[in-house]
Order: sequence, then C-alpha cells, then structure tokens
Amino acid sequence: MTTDPGTFPKPRPLPTADTAPYWAALADERVVLQHCDACDRFVHYPRHRCPHCLSDRLSWREVSGAGTVFTFSVARQPTAVMFADEVPQVIAVVELPEGVRITSTVVDADPDTLRCGAAVVPVFDHQPGETTLLRHRLA
Amino acid sequence: MGLRGDACIVGYSEWASERPALRAPRQSLAQWADLAAEALADAGIEAGEVDGLVCTEVFESRAFVPATIAEYCGWSVNLAERVDLGGATPVGMVWRAAAAIELGICDVVVMAVPADPTPTSPVPRPFDDRMLFGASSNAWGSPQAEFDIPYGNVAQNCGFAMYAQRYHDQYGWDERARAKIVADQRVSANANPAAIFHDVPATIDDVLGSRMIADPLHLLEIVMPCSGGAAVVLCSAERAARTRHRPVHVAGFGERLTHKTPTYAPDLPHTPVAAAAHSAFSMAGVAPADVDMVQIYDCYSITALLTIEDSGFCAKGQAQAFVNDHGLSFRGDFPCNTHGGQLGFGQSGLAGGMSHVVEAVRQVQGRAGDRQLGRHDTAYVTGTGGVMSEQSALVLRGAR
Repeated sequence: MTTDPGTFPKPRPLPTADTAPYWAALADERVVLQHCDACDRFVHYPRHRCPHCLSDRLSWREVSGAGTVFTFSVARQPTAVMFADEVPQVIAVVELPEGVRITSTVVDADPDTLRCGAAVVPVFDHQPGETTLLRHRLA
Repeated sequence: MGLRGDACIVGYSEWASERPALRAPRQSLAQWADLAAEALADAGIEAGEVDGLVCTEVFESRAFVPATIAEYCGWSVNLAERVDLGGATPVGMVWRAAAAIELGICDVVVMAVPADPTPTSPVPRPFDDRMLFGASSNAWGSPQAEFDIPYGNVAQNCGFAMYAQRYHDQYGWDERARAKIVADQRVSANANPAAIFHDVPATIDDVLGSRMIADPLHLLEIVMPCSGGAAVVLCSAERAARTRHRPVHVAGFGERLTHKTPTYAPDLPHTPVAAAAHSAFSMAGVAPADVDMVQIYDCYSITALLTIEDSGFCAKGQAQAFVNDHGLSFRGDFPCNTHGGQLGFGQSGLAGGMSHVVEAVRQVQGRAGDRQLGRHDTAYVTGTGGVMSEQSALVLRGAR
C-alpha cells in the first residue's frame, strides 16, 4: 500500500445541499453562519437541524469571521501524508463571538509564541477549481 | 438505578504486545475463536455454555459481524452486540454484557478483540480510507470530511494536543507532571513481560527529550501501536461460583458521549469522563478514594491526566499537582495502570482498551505476579474513544 503524498490529492470540502451556502459565501470572501430562528443561537458546522433545539428553522447570517484562538496544536509531523508540505502546521479551533467554534489553521503564526486567546481574522484560501477554505491569521 | 452488581468477569486471555509481530498472521475470525477458547478455559467454562457475544469489527466482514462470529464459533446466542466506541469499546462491551446477564437474557458472554495481523489477501482489497484518515471519516457528507479534514484536523495526535494546550492554558503549565505519568507507568511496564517496553526504562527527562509530535505532546507521551489481542468472559454470579478464579463483580458503570471532533466539544477541557465516572461510582456505592487501583485509558499522557481529574481523584485543575504528589507505579500510593498502561504496554488496536479491563481483573484475582498489589479488591477502569469524546467507566469488585 503506497502512502506517497503525490498519490493522494489534498482533501477539499465537497458541499452538500445543507452546506453549499457556507462554501458559496467563502468563495465571495464572506463568512456566513447558520442561525436558529427558534432558539436564537448560531450553529456551526451547517446542518439540517439545530443542534441546540432540533428545529429546522435555520437561516443564514453574515458575520465577520474574526475571533480568537480557543486552542491549537502544532503538527510537527503531518497529521496525514497530504499535509506533509504544510508542517509545522498550526491547526486551531477558532472561537467566533457568535458563540461557535470552527476548525481552521493560523497561517502566519510563530508556533513557538502562539497562545490561546490570540485574536485572529479571516483569510480566504482560494485554489483554482476548488472550494475556498476559511483560514485565519493573527489580527 | 443501574446494576445490582451480580454479573462477574471470570476469565480472560491476553496476548503479549509485539512490534514487529512475531505470531503468524491469522484471519481475525480465527483469532476471535482462539481468544474465546483461551478465556473460557481460563474461567473453566465449556464452549457450549456460551449464550451471548459482544464484538467489535473483524477484518473479514463489514456488517453482520455478530452472526458471523456466532456461526464460526458454533454458538446460539441471545445477546449479539457490536460496539462502536473507539477506545471506549472494551469497557462498553463489559457493561452491556453485565446488564444483559442481570436482565436474564443470557448467562455466559464472551467478548474478544483480536489485534494480531491478518494474512495478505490473495485478491486485491479495496482501498480503505482509514489508512489515510484514521478515526475521521472522509466520506462525502461526513462533517469531518467537510469541516475538519481539509484543515489537517485528522486522527488523534492533533485533537489530544488541543486538549492539552487548552488545559495548560487554563490550569498552568507543568510538562513534567504529564511526563511523570509516562515514567511512573513505565516502571510497571518494566515489571510486565508482556509489555512492549518491558526492557526499556523511561525517565521524565527521556519523555520531555523525545521528539515533539504535536505541541505540546512528545513522542513518548503517545502510545506505540503493536499487535496483540484480548478477551474476557462474563457470567452470572451463580455460574461464577463454579469458576476457577475469584469472580470480579461489575459493580457500576457509566457512559457518556458528547462529540466526535474536539472543535465541537461542549465544555473542553472538561470531559465526559466526569459524567461516566459519577455514574460508575454512585452505582457501585463507592467513592474514588475507596478504590485500590485505577486502570484508566491512556492513549496519551494528557488522557490519563484529564481522566484522573474528571473522575474525581482531585479537584478540577489539580491533576498536575496530584500526579506530582503520588506514585503511580504498582509500588506507589496511587497504582495507575499497573500493566504499564497502553503507554508502556503498547496499543494493539481496540484491544489496547481491553488491556485495562484485563489488568484490573488480573489484579483483583491476585494473578499479577511481580507487580501484584497488596490491596486488590476494588478497581476503577475507563475507556476513552475518539478525542475525549466517547467515555466509559467501570467499578469492579472482587467477590468476598
């Protein structure tokens, strides 16, 4: 079984009917989150029903995408072979002021000085023909 | 609420950790049958008495696994469970069997977790995504595939490192405490001939001097994958009275799941261990201070640290001081993972979680040889699946 990184393309999101608006907004350099109109809470990741109350009354709201680093790890060894070219990779959980946490990477951080709580702003990672990823950099 | 504590673990089989594998490759169904036969012989129970089985995956079948095992071993069973809780699977298997026995559904239950290599298939096998993505699913529509994997948030190292980072940020940085868990358990591994690190000591400085894998976790804070396998047999108290060793009662259990990926954990670095532990202790009618040993899931140093704390052996935020103040080896005042833990024994796939159950039974039955504890009546056992996401806990008590 080969695990040559060249054999495997970098995994990119393949949207579903429920998530497509999120990715479409990122392509336009906008961040949108689902909002539950039944319990008035934000939801991430996007899904078919609200995980707080299981209502299906979900709508989309535009947010800044800026937040703080809730926690992170520095992958000194790639977490999967496709990420070998990105190590040391700062993989982070970013907390948005809307009360949701999202998986991201902090693209320009010094891994040795980064701390939880650091303020970050969005970076839109466009790759030709692929879904735009929401990454972050230090504010 | 809960168990009366009637069902007992009465026998086990455990294969020594190996890396590289020395035992010959066998089909996992064959390994299942071997483990079952050995555990039943250990208990002194005939194969024909088995009327329940609990399993996890086997290499040869994607689905219909319990029926395949029942057919292969020649059993007619009233309980056929397949448990899918990652590292929490073995502990989850035990309480499900105990509950079924107390309900009167079955009398003798076998559970096995084979983890030796299987032979190379003569026909090409379809590519398995797990080779690349481990415990994360990259199938279209999977939340992990869409929102986590593309960012490199894959498998286990990264997630447990995130727990460690946040824990230390909130409660203080003491890397030596995390490393002491590894070093103390290594003392026990050095007394266990079946452990992968039987011949290799490790100090706190060795741990902190090992390569950084995912900050702040070093190589020696992460389990070594290996080959192995384990099984246990449970039966009713009535049947247990006629077995070969001291019956070990399943006195209490708890289980709690909250998330798959730490990004979406409700209360990180608080973990679902707290709820599972509370359930297990209250069901058994004992307090954490009452147990003679803890055999807790330790895929990483941070896993054991969080489990000690959230199980109630110390207050939240105090685990680092607790570890520094106590000896965790089999010679210490807080015997923790007396087989070496998976950090010292090795992690043979899902059987790694069974090693904690087997060691608890071995100690309670007084069969632990050079590392036998003086007081060995009550054990606390946990299993952790995913990234602190699937938690199971047991309190086991030796028959009087």
